[in-house]
Amino acid sequence: MIRKVSKHIVQNEPLLFELSSPGKCGYQLPALDVPPVDPAKTLGAENVRPEIEDFPEVSEFEVLRHFTRLSTWNYAIDLGLYPLGSCTMKYNPRVNEVVARTEGLAWAHPYAPEVLSQGCMEVIAALEQALAEITGMDAVTLQPAAGAHGEFTGVLMIRALLEQRGNPRKKVLVPDSAHGTNPATARMVGYAVENIKSNERGMIDIDVLKRAVTEDVAALMITNPNTVGVFEENIREICGILHEKGALVYMDGANMNALVGISRPGDFGADVMHLNLHKTFSTPHGGGGPGSGAVAVAKALTPFLPSPRLKRNGDFWTWNYDLPDSIGRVRAYYGNFGVLVRALAYIMAHGANGLRQATLDALLNANYLRALLEPNYQIAYDAPSMHECVFSDDRQAKKGVRTGDIAKRLIDYGFHPYTVSFPLIVRGALMIEPTETESKRELDLFADAMASIAREVENDPELVLKAPHSTRTSRVDEVKAARNPIVRWQPRS
Amino acid sequence: MLATLGMQSEEDLIAYLPPAVRFNSRLSMEDGKSEFEIVDYFKERAERNANGYASFLGAGVYNHYRPVLVDAIVSRGEFLTSYTPYQAEISQGILAAIFEFQTMVCQLTGMEVANASMYDGSSAVPEAAMMAVRVTHRDRILIARAVHPEYREVLGTYTHRQHIPVEELAYEKNGRLDLDDLKAKLDDHTAAVIVQSPNFFGLIEQIDELSHIVHGKGALLVVVFTEAVALGLIEPPRHADIVVGELQSFAISPSYGGPFAGIIATHEKFIRQIPGRLAGETTDASGHRAFCLTLATREQHIRREKATSNICTNQALLALMATVFMSLYGKQGMRELAEQNLAKAHYLADKLPLAFDAPFFNEFVARTNGKSPEQINAALLDRKIIGGLPLARFYPELENCVLLCATEMSRRQDMDTLAQAFAKQ
Repeated sequence: MIRKVSKHIVQNEPLLFELSSPGKCGYQLPALDVPPVDPAKTLGAENVRPEIEDFPEVSEFEVLRHFTRLSTWNYAIDLGLYPLGSCTMKYNPRVNEVVARTEGLAWAHPYAPEVLSQGCMEVIAALEQALAEITGMDAVTLQPAAGAHGEFTGVLMIRALLEQRGNPRKKVLVPDSAHGTNPATARMVGYAVENIKSNERGMIDIDVLKRAVTEDVAALMITNPNTVGVFEENIREICGILHEKGALVYMDGANMNALVGISRPGDFGADVMHLNLHKTFSTPHGGGGPGSGAVAVAKALTPFLPSPRLKRNGDFWTWNYDLPDSIGRVRAYYGNFGVLVRALAYIMAHGANGLRQATLDALLNANYLRALLEPNYQIAYDAPSMHECVFSDDRQAKKGVRTGDIAKRLIDYGFHPYTVSFPLIVRGALMIEPTETESKRELDLFADAMASIAREVENDPELVLKAPHSTRTSRVDEVKAARNPIVRWQPRS
Repeated sequence: MLATLGMQSEEDLIAYLPPAVRFNSRLSMEDGKSEFEIVDYFKERAERNANGYASFLGAGVYNHYRPVLVDAIVSRGEFLTSYTPYQAEISQGILAAIFEFQTMVCQLTGMEVANASMYDGSSAVPEAAMMAVRVTHRDRILIARAVHPEYREVLGTYTHRQHIPVEELAYEKNGRLDLDDLKAKLDDHTAAVIVQSPNFFGLIEQIDELSHIVHGKGALLVVVFTEAVALGLIEPPRHADIVVGELQSFAISPSYGGPFAGIIATHEKFIRQIPGRLAGETTDASGHRAFCLTLATREQHIRREKATSNICTNQALLALMATVFMSLYGKQGMRELAEQNLAKAHYLADKLPLAFDAPFFNEFVARTNGKSPEQINAALLDRKIIGGLPLARFYPELENCVLLCATEMSRRQDMDTLAQAFAKQ
């Protein structure tokens, strides 16, 4: 029997559990330099497990091969354009990986004495300062672990401030174009969510907003540029409407890659915002994480920042826990420090001028791509694009081909798809963000692929509907996975 | 490119922005630096940290060996630089690895389902509490004082403004949960009882016994762990309803407290209440096994304000590190590693006066009779040793006590030096 059935040059790979055979292992511990102890005697027999049932047993080389083979089944930014809108998939500089592994940083214990942690504290202070400058805000916390965690931190601070003023209020306004994390966050902080309908230009409708902002409103959560890649041109007026009623403005900084060096949320009226360091500041996405959700605040919110805060005494940094108004901790220790190191390295490499140039290049790439795609795809809104552009599948839908199908066909052309069916206000959305780190050549190749797919939709829609055709796995049945969830391997009985 | 857009300069791209929102000055920071200046900067910072010290700190962050294969694998660009695997056909690598991760977390914890990771152990605690509130339709939480103090603080941050009352449960003289206090405080409004095992003092809690008490009142039992290596040896909390914990011990460097990888695991019947991403098995159009993210209707990008949590980005790459670590050690190695930790900690503990007499794994609380913990630690720093964590900052009643941890990395000679510092007058 020939068991290598795939045509791919990389062999099929079973799961670790299927590779396992008794007695194999991939480790070698040093000989114990102290007397061994009997676990049953020391811990009590009832506290000792006989074994970890069905745990894998494989050799070191098998482990290496297993994960190397699996890696070849993944697309990555290192392989080509990864134009997921609002995800900012840019080059992840490798020097950042090197510095994050510097021994004295990577092995720093969070409870080591402060006198032996000054290096880490300086890194945190330097990054806080840089991000405050970039956002035009008063202060920054680096404790939140990801964007949604930052949103939670920010809205909680809003609630704390309003409570101190005597009334936490009842609801948070969220535009219908917002990321799903915004309404989910507002709920977690105990607010009702009121959706604000966007106007025909994809922007906040000032009249709708004015009617919605009452004394019950705690805050508006706004993304700027918004999820259709358009700068909310009335942002100052929007902030004014909220402030007039004693409400605050939370800015979702997912799209900050469009603003660094050219516009600062603190200057245009935002009270609090998060930054996704794994987007704008290039820390690797790692297949879904880690991230870091730094939160920047205006002065009124500074007393409410999570505890502890860095404090400088002459040349010496200490952690200050004496913060009576703080919302408390949002996680243990001080944040995703390893991610912070990478983000600071990115900022240092660019400097002031480089950061601004990166923004302009991101805008140029997005607008160039938009110009190349417009002949074949329906742009969702005419307003000028910033760092990303959003199309609808209106023209292709007439042939029964939807945005999800075009996305799968793109895979055959060697590209990762754009963000599919988001934002929700655009029917059949194709949300495309190339970032500044792509060359003209890569953008041209992508535009060629999109043009070719548009022709296929006209001439041979089946080809697109059944895509992808060149991957190891053909179209994956997600409905079946949800109907009968199998979320762990089980031995065959 | 500019010509395609009919523009002269990149400045034209932002010319339409209202002047009032434009930032017209230069950011106040230095010019861009070269690669080697950057490497140098961080090397200098690292030198201001604790280089070349032996450490006996644990308290949720452990000093375990990281097999070199871990970085070899997670440094592959295909893993490092990919996004969340929403496009399953070109993400089978990370999806298969997550599926293996979920399986191994279940095997370790004795649970039936586990998600693709949480931010860390501490933030997984409020997620478990909120899950218990949804499942039981009750709203009161009890948490043992011997749960990591910073984890308890995080729980408080999440529950305080949602008006979910949280009460703490005392520990007994022997350092374990006071079952009488539990019985006194447990009532029909209690959604969850949260305990840690091994607890913050390193002691193994009586999970079976307290699960009977908790379930007797219809509440859920949430068991937390911070030292995952213990699960190679100690009986997993099979009678818990939700297990949350931290996998930092599995090849994730301490990195001043993050990034780490939290887990949440539970029984199959609660699968639709679990927060975060889940990878599931299915088939592709040709009928071959394939994996994809599943049950997304629990999540924020579909369910918005009705989602089980707002979590989106997780800790996938750290979960992959842990998966590689677990694969290398395997069934036999996980046990041998745990046994080495147990032996080292007991070697050290035998030389010191202990505060508690319940069984412990690789951490324990020692009394610093006659001296202050700070005095002992200062003397140890001169010998290039970082001593234990003085507990008074978290437990004022444990004034002359330190929490010490020994792992497979602890050398006998350093342990002897540490013991001498305790003994010397």
